[in-house]
Amino acid sequence: MSLLEVKDLRTSFFTPAGEVKAVNGVSFFLERGKVLGIVGESGSGKSVTAYSIMQILASTGKIVGGSIKLDGEELVGAGEKVMKTVRGNKISIIFQDPMTSLNPTYTIGHQLMEAITLHTDRNKKQAWDRAVEMLQLVNVNEPLKRMKQYPYELSGGMRQRVMIAMALACEPDILIADEPTTALDVTIQAQILELMQSLQKELGMAIIMITHDLGVVAQMCDEVIVMYAGSICEQGTADEIFYNPRHEYTKGLMRSIPTQNTAGKKLHPITGTPIDLLNMPEGCPFAPRCDAAMKVCIKHPGPFMKINDDHAARCWMNVKNGMEAGEVEPVLESEKGGEE
Amino acid sequence: MEDKKFETPLIEVKNLKEYFNINVGAFKTKPLKAVDDVSFSIKKGETLGLVGESGCGKTTVGRTLLHLYKPTGGEVFYNGDPVKTKSQIKEFRKKATMVFQDPYSSLNPRMTVSDIIGEPLDIHKMYANKKEREERILELMAEVGLNSEHASRYAHEFSGGQRQRIGIARALALDPDFIVCDEPVSALDVSIQAQVINMFDELQDKKGLTYLFIAHDLLVVRHISDRIAVMYLGKMVELADADEIYNRPLHPYSKSLLSAVPVPDPKIARANQRIALEGDIPSPLNAPSGCPFRTRCRYATEQCACEMPEFKEVEKGHFVACHNIDKAN
Ligand SMILES: Nc1ncnc2c1ncn2[C@@H]1O[C@H](COP(=O)(O)OP(=O)(O)OP(=O)(O)O)[C@@H](O)[C@H]1O
Ligand SMILES: Nc1ncnc2c1ncn2[C@@H]1O[C@H](COP(=O)(O)OP(=O)(O)OP(=O)(O)O)[C@@H](O)[C@H]1O
Ligand code: SF4
Ligand code: SF4
Ligand SMILES: [Mg+2]
Ligand SMILES: [Mg+2]
Repeated sequence: MSLLEVKDLRTSFFTPAGEVKAVNGVSFFLERGKVLGIVGESGSGKSVTAYSIMQILASTGKIVGGSIKLDGEELVGAGEKVMKTVRGNKISIIFQDPMTSLNPTYTIGHQLMEAITLHTDRNKKQAWDRAVEMLQLVNVNEPLKRMKQYPYELSGGMRQRVMIAMALACEPDILIADEPTTALDVTIQAQILELMQSLQKELGMAIIMITHDLGVVAQMCDEVIVMYAGSICEQGTADEIFYNPRHEYTKGLMRSIPTQNTAGKKLHPITGTPIDLLNMPEGCPFAPRCDAAMKVCIKHPGPFMKINDDHAARCWMNVKNGMEAGEVEPVLESEKGGEE
Repeated sequence: MEDKKFETPLIEVKNLKEYFNINVGAFKTKPLKAVDDVSFSIKKGETLGLVGESGCGKTTVGRTLLHLYKPTGGEVFYNGDPVKTKSQIKEFRKKATMVFQDPYSSLNPRMTVSDIIGEPLDIHKMYANKKEREERILELMAEVGLNSEHASRYAHEFSGGQRQRIGIARALALDPDFIVCDEPVSALDVSIQAQVINMFDELQDKKGLTYLFIAHDLLVVRHISDRIAVMYLGKMVELADADEIYNRPLHPYSKSLLSAVPVPDPKIARANQRIALEGDIPSPLNAPSGCPFRTRCRYATEQCACEMPEFKEVEKGHFVACHNIDKAN
């Protein structure tokens, strides 16, 4: 049994314009002590996946299907009472902008102690000591002074570290980091990532790392999920995703980033515009932007196919290549419409 | 071998200073030295990348250079001529312009695309009649790959990448030679980012444009720049060819900065030895004496606390401001 098992998760927002299927059948396992990266275009459903796990969706949003099991316990439909013990205790989240989650009117110390007393049975004195200890752990200098300061008195990097301290105060089993370093400078980012890595090793915590920065993924993650238009288009170990991408969107993503070798050359952007979730195409959601699209892609979403033990992808190309190489049996029964 | 197109400096900046007066008490102000004694030149057709951490003065260099802020000190030369008097500044502004970071807030949502792009033409009265104005706007839209049917739409109806194209079309309206690109792709999704970077590239090839390209994404800067300058707390600390500075940074700050860039390649990233920096950047209101980097520098000596190191050419085309280059390398 994995620490976290997400199966066929579906989350929708019910808006005046219609149902927005923000997360549309997402499944993954997260093992203890591992780092899972979630990448994908803006609007592809990364944050909504995280918020669904925490059940902190906006009021118009609802989990409409699937299962989320933490240590074998079903969380979907478990109710707010159970979720209160999960949030902060077993799963913590760090948001992109620390100012949205730190209260500007309370001191750092007050907020840390509140988080600690809420989730553990420490008394005030013990909570104070624990808070100072946490600030030291995340390398905030002069922790005693910081305890009495307000968020605006700290630099961006320091606030982000306070957020991490708060998220870790109760030693969660899972830390969800939603773009935790996007707003930070690279040298501060490097400090924070290193801090997260060392804490993860020390505490044996699992991390879900949501980011659009493929450099951060390469540095931090064991496994990677690539999302497009609310579903997973590819999933595998970091090495498989980077060195052997098998979905056309992932390939396009890898090609479009500047590297040390692209100087003076043209980049290969993904053409077209991002998907509109209210007007989803019938077949593969990437088909309208895909240079390799075939007839079958327009009518039918690709089958989620195992590439090897560490890798699976949802792209007809794999079926086509596999058939040509004689490794794959002709297309699944249910997909008879495909002419390719 | 030197490329021929880079022979004449189009832009020359000498000892540029921009101090902001900040209120520190009811009746007291203190100068915030956002840009302090910065000198560089950009050759015709060249792209100079400008990097450094948030608040180090990159945007202020761009704005002061364009005289959107009045320089506190120093000189700017365009094609060898000073930019000083009112009329010189006015002429310069036709030839030198800026593209801004945030395509969401830098465009007025209540203006149509055609009015946004046409505004600089109106200000400088660059057309004889309505028809000419119209034609020029459509020409500019075509140049940046915008559909001419969208001319009468409002900016808020467009995606980030398209808005950035609108911003670029506007910047091109007066047919400039020089553009300050201030984080023009930072707010865009990776796949869209590549489209816009390619467009900057193509426009440069086609029109011989010269860029000052500001960005905090060091991989983007490396991709697009011929040379790169690194700033720290209002000072320029290093300047060299793009390859040179990536392969052999000499200033202790540049070394940490470049080693901190996450490389999108798992094997390299795992093996990467980062040079960790302790502490935070000091406030520019309380900048350290001597070398601005000394509070975080592992090579700092007594001399660093009392003397500002000179920004000097240590090898051909490679400028560094550090007292202890030998020790650090
Ligand atoms: N409160 C909401 N009401 C309606 N739609 C929403 C709401 N929140 C999110 N969505 C939609 O759900 C989709 C997924 O959004 P999500 O925030 O998960 O994207 P993301 O992958 O995290 O993107 P980003 O990289 O920009 O953070 C988007 O299309 C978004 O417009
Ligand atoms: N108009 C202004 N008035 C007062 N201070 C200013 C003004 N503009 C900038 N500053 C200050 O000058 C310093 C340099 O700011 P600048 O915006 O040039 O930095 P930057 O390198 O562009 O940073 P970023 O990467 O965050 O855009 C900062 O300390 C900033 O707070
Ligand atoms: S399934 Fe078809 S359209 Fe979709 S990514 Fe693969 S080749 Fe492209
Ligand atoms: S001058 Fe001194 S403090 Fe500054 S970078 Fe060089 S060694 Fe470090
Ligand atoms: Mg998000
Ligand atoms: Mg700036």
